Amino acid sequence: MQKVLTGNEAAAWGAMCAQAQVISAYPITPQTTIIEELANLVANGMLDARFIKVESEHSAMAGCIGAQAAGARTFTATSSQGLALMHELLHWAALGRLPVVMADVNRAMAPGWSIWTDQNDSLAQRDTGWLHYYCESNQEVLDTVIQSYKVAETVDLPVMLVLDAFFLSHTYEAVHIPSQDETAKYLPPYKPSIYLDVKDPHAFGGIVQQDVYMEFRYKMQVAMNEALEVAEKADDDFREMFGRGYGLIEPYRLDDADYVLVTSGTVASTARVTVDDLREKGHSVGMLKIRMLRPFPFEKVRQILSGRKRVAVLDRNICVGMGGIFTQEIRNAMYHIPEDKRPSIYGYIVGLGGRDVSPEVIASIAEDVQKRAVADGEQVWIGLKE
Amino acid sequence: MHASYTKYLRMNRIPHMWCPGCGIGIIVKAMIRAFEAVDWSSDDLSLISGIGCTSRAPGYLDMHTLHTTHGRALSFATGVKFARPDKHVVVISGDGDATAIGGNHLIHACRRNIDITLIIVNNYIYGMTGGQYSPTTPVGAKAATTPWGNVDIPFNVTELAKGAGATYVARGHIASGVQLERLIRGGLNHNGFAVIEVLSNCHTQFGRRNRLADPIDLIDSISKSTVNIRQAAKMNKEELDGKNVVGLLHRDEDRMEYCEAYEQIIERAQNAQKNRGRR
Repeated sequence: MQKVLTGNEAAAWGAMCAQAQVISAYPITPQTTIIEELANLVANGMLDARFIKVESEHSAMAGCIGAQAAGARTFTATSSQGLALMHELLHWAALGRLPVVMADVNRAMAPGWSIWTDQNDSLAQRDTGWLHYYCESNQEVLDTVIQSYKVAETVDLPVMLVLDAFFLSHTYEAVHIPSQDETAKYLPPYKPSIYLDVKDPHAFGGIVQQDVYMEFRYKMQVAMNEALEVAEKADDDFREMFGRGYGLIEPYRLDDADYVLVTSGTVASTARVTVDDLREKGHSVGMLKIRMLRPFPFEKVRQILSGRKRVAVLDRNICVGMGGIFTQEIRNAMYHIPEDKRPSIYGYIVGLGGRDVSPEVIASIAEDVQKRAVADGEQVWIGLKE
Repeated sequence: MHASYTKYLRMNRIPHMWCPGCGIGIIVKAMIRAFEAVDWSSDDLSLISGIGCTSRAPGYLDMHTLHTTHGRALSFATGVKFARPDKHVVVISGDGDATAIGGNHLIHACRRNIDITLIIVNNYIYGMTGGQYSPTTPVGAKAATTPWGNVDIPFNVTELAKGAGATYVARGHIASGVQLERLIRGGLNHNGFAVIEVLSNCHTQFGRRNRLADPIDLIDSISKSTVNIRQAAKMNKEELDGKNVVGLLHRDEDRMEYCEAYEQIIERAQNAQKNRGRR
């Protein structure tokens, strides 16, 4: 079936295809229409699930954790301040090894109060032990929800998939929707290895001492490492079954490119158009889209960026006192390669609080990075007002 | 426009963003008249909000304002009051903000009896995010997240406040602005934690889904649901069923205000230190 859906509806329909069993959520702009759509899908019988509208995001994640621990496949969605409020429980879900799947609609943090997009909300949760996908289109949102369950339930870690406020959340696109039966062939019903089962009792969240805590964390790291392969296979299998796949990273016109723009989210779409234009003008420019941020696909990024002249990383976020967060990730990845193969890396801060990242903005970065002096680790802020 | 309104408003922030016909305008006007009646200067007033339609009020009122996070306005307000007990602190909140995500802070502010005036605009729904059901949505009412009707039992906000220890509890409604102003004034004058619930309309999100899309019809239905506390005293339980009793519902002047109690502790501790020194 094909329907015209917003990014938010695509997230909801993704959870419907995956047959989420418990949805526990709280409204926040610009996420709210995800849970409204799910409330409708449950109410009209298209999704056989329980829907709880709780009293805060903190409770929303607690509800998911409880339901997941009881053996149910769960889903929730949030944004910005709501995600920040969940923070304590994001750790809980990950350290409890519960494969909750959540959509986060990227929205800038307050104050000043803004409902527009940037990545600081999700990136502030980078270190909580969740897998992170950044989506570029509504189809990718729906497909990533389904893939997320596949990966989460294989490695027993939760997954957050991220979509840009308004540029995706409230923008309509044609989306292919697999049936629940078709999806079930790809994603079989959730069968947890450990859950609250009266016939085989288990306990979650016990107190541990210094002798075992580190091992729990190590096991998460092992699972994260494994998740790279699992996610890649999940994407390959998905492509085979549904004809669509995205990779963990996606190179665009990179074969012979000396200069690379690194992007994520909807900026990647704009960058494609810009790269095409720049190519026509004779620039040796290509684009690398980062779809998966955690676990970070180190090897793939290294291979693809190795030997390039210069890399411009576009960060729709800022770690104040350090710089763009994707820039840090890329620099870290590129340190461990031979010096003669190592490109210069430049960080650009763009589009905070929903400011438009237009083709002109991206073209100006592509031109700037070719002219700029030796990289000194400084961040370049694009389009700042005096 | 009467001069007193402009005195308390940031006129350069007007027009406001509330829907035409929204009750918050009536409530803000009643607040301003109450501020003027008790003769409080903007300089001595701090107005604090959380998230939701009410949270925009500090943007329009020209005083010391904080527009804070969802549900936590009372926690921020407690900090402000504790730092400057000589100033007046007022919080404006909604049913979702005050009784759902901020429910815990509400009961603890009531318990402490700190000298803050809390105005809860109860419009039975999350208005700003698009009409999801809240802890005051009536059973059976429709919302964006309850297409077949709500099953959750709603809070009685004033009983909750009373039970948690608030020392001034009142309920007003937007069809009676004069009474509302009087109830708010009483809260401002009260030395302790004052809760004023205001029954208000959200025809955009609540009314539209519940056959009350016309603001006049919705305000009318709110008005008809109310019964004054003096009249209520003469009515039996059956007659009061489904009615909202309005007026000053509870007042306790005997309990000590929190900042004062804290000062007394400091004084006691200092005296004890002095006495010890003498020995």
